[in-house]
Amino acid sequence: MKYLKEFRDRQLTTSLIKRLEESVTGPMRIMEVCGTHTMAIFRNGLRSLLPEELELVSGPGCPVCVTSAGHIDAFISMADQPRNHLAVFGDLFRVPGSNGSLSEASSRGARVDIVYSPMDALELAVKNPDELVVFLGVGFETTTPAVAATIMAANVQKIDNFIVFSTQKVMPPPLHALLGDPELNIDGLLCPGHVSAIIGSDAYLDFAKQYGLSCVVAGFEAADILQGLIMLGRQHGEGRAEVENGYTRLVSREGNRRARDMVDEVFEAVDSPWRGLGVIKDSGLAIREKYEQFDAEKRLKLTIEDVEEPKGCLCGQVLKGICRPPDCPLFGRRCTETNPIGPCMVSSEGTCAAYYKYGTGQ
Amino acid sequence: MCLAVPMRVIEITGDPDDFLNKQAAQVESEGIEKEIRLDVVDHWPAVGDYVIIHAGFAIHTLSPEEAERNLELMREMARGLDEMTEGGN
Repeated sequence: MKYLKEFRDRQLTTSLIKRLEESVTGPMRIMEVCGTHTMAIFRNGLRSLLPEELELVSGPGCPVCVTSAGHIDAFISMADQPRNHLAVFGDLFRVPGSNGSLSEASSRGARVDIVYSPMDALELAVKNPDELVVFLGVGFETTTPAVAATIMAANVQKIDNFIVFSTQKVMPPPLHALLGDPELNIDGLLCPGHVSAIIGSDAYLDFAKQYGLSCVVAGFEAADILQGLIMLGRQHGEGRAEVENGYTRLVSREGNRRARDMVDEVFEAVDSPWRGLGVIKDSGLAIREKYEQFDAEKRLKLTIEDVEEPKGCLCGQVLKGICRPPDCPLFGRRCTETNPIGPCMVSSEGTCAAYYKYGTGQ
Repeated sequence: MCLAVPMRVIEITGDPDDFLNKQAAQVESEGIEKEIRLDVVDHWPAVGDYVIIHAGFAIHTLSPEEAERNLELMREMARGLDEMTEGGN
């Protein structure tokens, strides 16, 4: 793809870094909300290139990382039931619950397949009529339309051996919960690219107004991220708290209405538990009664237990932007990429995984 | 989780208003072809447009001109800077 190459162009990046240095005129603390941003920042080595006065704090935008320990345990107990065949995104496979991971369940005979799309899970159900295929719906606004469309397709095709366990979440409620905490003390938000493609950049107007935060939507290439930070630096320097969009090739003010309508058709807001943040009102998406034959919680009569976090693990504090991974006593010692203890080390978008893989960038 | 690889649409199946039948497209990038779904795309694409894909579903359509225009903006930004820094590097 010829366009992609130019968005990653090194010379472009060098020029942008100069401009960023000019735009940051005083101490500035920015939260990058999205896990894909966190990873892209580390992968491109951007942290070491940033002006000293600019501090980046990672936010709660890694869907696997914020999935509660109770939900992870429920995933594993479903895998252990003989008729069930789990279909999961790859990131979930190695996340440890209090009783092992899906990977370990798989090695003792449970059927767990990694899929790229929820539609692949539906196909798995069509091909295996004697099994009950359970898709683990973990994700934010970018993923939920795909899951909604898959449930609607299952409904049209009358496929009755396909169900979804929805632990899906929406982004604005946890941001409100975090920003209400004075300990966080940030000046601006680098807003997620693809979540915003769905919810639209207007979704951040409340954050600019209510908390006086500069908000900029940015894409995921190095040039996109630097451009977003330049816009944030200028806003902050000029004392503006506005929503700006640096990712107009993908994000509009109103977002993707067609996708949101489909999500509304299938899901409704529900209180949901977040790792480290607790239960947040209306932050989750449950399957509506109209589609309840596809609801794993109802079909399998699941009860979600309260499960304690792994001892000593600070994932919760890392997700809140209060701790950095090296502040955790387990980080790099007992908790490593090959032997992860908390979800922030497992997920390819986890903040601990980013620090571990690429160093602290300091 | 959020990969922004745009792929070119080479064939379309279905109709934007008909949710009872399959809405899909064959897409291509650097010689790799695959089928993706169009159920939740913001604007129904035409053959030759680009789509951004997430979990097997197109979420956004980009015309070739839009992709080029955005790129030009970034080039201009870089050029402007180079002039400011007397040629730059």
